[in-house]
Amino acid sequence: MSDGTLMGTDELPYDPTSPLTPTGNLRRRMIFSRAVSVAASMAAYIAIAVLIVVVWGVASRGAHALRLNFLIHNPEGLAEGGIANALIGTALMVLFGALIAVPIGVLTGIYLSEFASKKSRVANGLKLALDLLQGLPTIVVGLFIFGLIVIPQHKESGFAGAIALAIVMLPLIARSSQEVLLTVPGALREGADALGVNRWRTVLGVILPSAMSGIATGVILSTARAAGETAPLLFCDGIFNPNATELNLFGHGVPNIPLLILTASDLAIPEAFARAWGAAFVLLLGILLANIATRIVLNRSLKKRGGA
Amino acid sequence: MNNSRDRTSADGGGDGVPTVAGRVRLRTEPGAQVRTVHETVAPDTVRQSVFDINDMGVQYGSKTALAHTTMKIYRHLVTAIIGPSGCGKSTFLRSLNRMNDSIDSFRLLGQVLYNGHDLYAPGVNRVEVRRRIGMVFQKPNPFPKSIYDNVAWAPRNIGLTADLDARVERALRSAALWDEVKDRLRTSAMALSGGQQQRLCIARAIAVEPDVLLLDEPASALDPVSTAAIEDLIGTLKNRYTIVIVTHNMQQAARVADRAAFFSLDRTDLVGTLIEYGDIKTIFGNPRDQRTRDYVTGQFG
Repeated sequence: MSDGTLMGTDELPYDPTSPLTPTGNLRRRMIFSRAVSVAASMAAYIAIAVLIVVVWGVASRGAHALRLNFLIHNPEGLAEGGIANALIGTALMVLFGALIAVPIGVLTGIYLSEFASKKSRVANGLKLALDLLQGLPTIVVGLFIFGLIVIPQHKESGFAGAIALAIVMLPLIARSSQEVLLTVPGALREGADALGVNRWRTVLGVILPSAMSGIATGVILSTARAAGETAPLLFCDGIFNPNATELNLFGHGVPNIPLLILTASDLAIPEAFARAWGAAFVLLLGILLANIATRIVLNRSLKKRGGA
Repeated sequence: MNNSRDRTSADGGGDGVPTVAGRVRLRTEPGAQVRTVHETVAPDTVRQSVFDINDMGVQYGSKTALAHTTMKIYRHLVTAIIGPSGCGKSTFLRSLNRMNDSIDSFRLLGQVLYNGHDLYAPGVNRVEVRRRIGMVFQKPNPFPKSIYDNVAWAPRNIGLTADLDARVERALRSAALWDEVKDRLRTSAMALSGGQQQRLCIARAIAVEPDVLLLDEPASALDPVSTAAIEDLIGTLKNRYTIVIVTHNMQQAARVADRAAFFSLDRTDLVGTLIEYGDIKTIFGNPRDQRTRDYVTGQFG
């Protein structure tokens, strides 16, 4: 038999002429490995299945809403007419919230990844704060804005709602921007540094363009999240004339889709249910379209630069 | 610091390369030995030095990467930094334009004078340092932009916008890349071959008209044809720039450099340091130090 040493042995520890299938211990490992791979794929399919079920559930009940009248007319009476005013209101509030949250969030991400040193206590504290903010129940955010803006002003307003949505968006944008910026190769930073160009110009000209698609994805996801956010609006933008268009964010409460869905569902009459489903479907579709449109625009600009 | 060396003692005897053995006290602890760094000085030696490096050392946290290095780097010469891996060559090079500043634990000991100015003095702006002392890296790192924008980006941001097209063309011609890319300046730099990308990086570096070019193993990731192109390029660039090149390839050093500095680990404390510095012919033909001799003849081990 063998002389005991690993390399000095004359014989192989197995029969090289046996069939090319694992046996014994290796067979057990193979089976386990296959089982894990199947479980992982199953988990992925389940996630997709949930998405399909939700989308199908909304679409099948709300597809009827895709009529022009539903989209361009204001509500009438209790459960008649369209949802134009709520669409406009949600768009306004999300836009205003994004105007606040996107610059602050992206700049925070830039600070964390480009300017703060790794050992910086400020940066580490900031990351923790952002994670806590992200985990904060949105109803608490609403309550906070209620105390901060609604009570002193003695009125709920679209402005208060927009600020609440900005707070919801901010940590999502900041953290996703930071994560994406960290994936930009360090070699690009070094290359730019070595040319004697200052860091901000480098961020603007080299790093941000490389990270743009990732940052944009984060921004889209966060605005999508904000567009469907109900809880903070209950306190800040819950009292409005449901049948009128309100374009002034600083005036009275602004009608919006999430609360329209909520109130319509509460009415417990079939026509209102239908309206709620329709509004939900429009919201879903809007987010989907915004997502696709942004991706198309980004792909085009990426192609122009020749791909990253 | 005792690093006084008589640079003008050119007596031109024998090999034509006089030697000044700089005896430098490198340690101050009691009982410390005096180390000798051999340095041969070329006959035409009243050259202007660009870098005047005095007892330079680099620490990353508690780890010392480079110690007790004293040398001068001369204007319009190609100076090659050679030596085995892990002896602080790249660390040395990157300390010459403060690229190591981005490493949190980095600390520089000693002094690096650039044209008489202390590179690490308070108030020295590292962006300005790098504008004058450009760098090209081992792996080509073009920006994900068009060929034109890669070269034009830094001049634009520095404010050298006058006649940008001409500047870009000049830089690309200097980098021997113009003829290959002139018809596709607006296409992505990422589509170029590795060798072309590296020449683009050199064009990008010289577009801002630096004084010194630091090349960190610029051809080690390239095939022999591209390597030859880069080496030819270095030969033409030295008329205009002072070049310091780190290379693992000794034939390359012999081909492109005027002077060479051999770095290796010190025998006693195993920290990278300058062993020998001199004319390229001396380092490869008649080195003073046994370690240099072993290394350049391939008996390093």
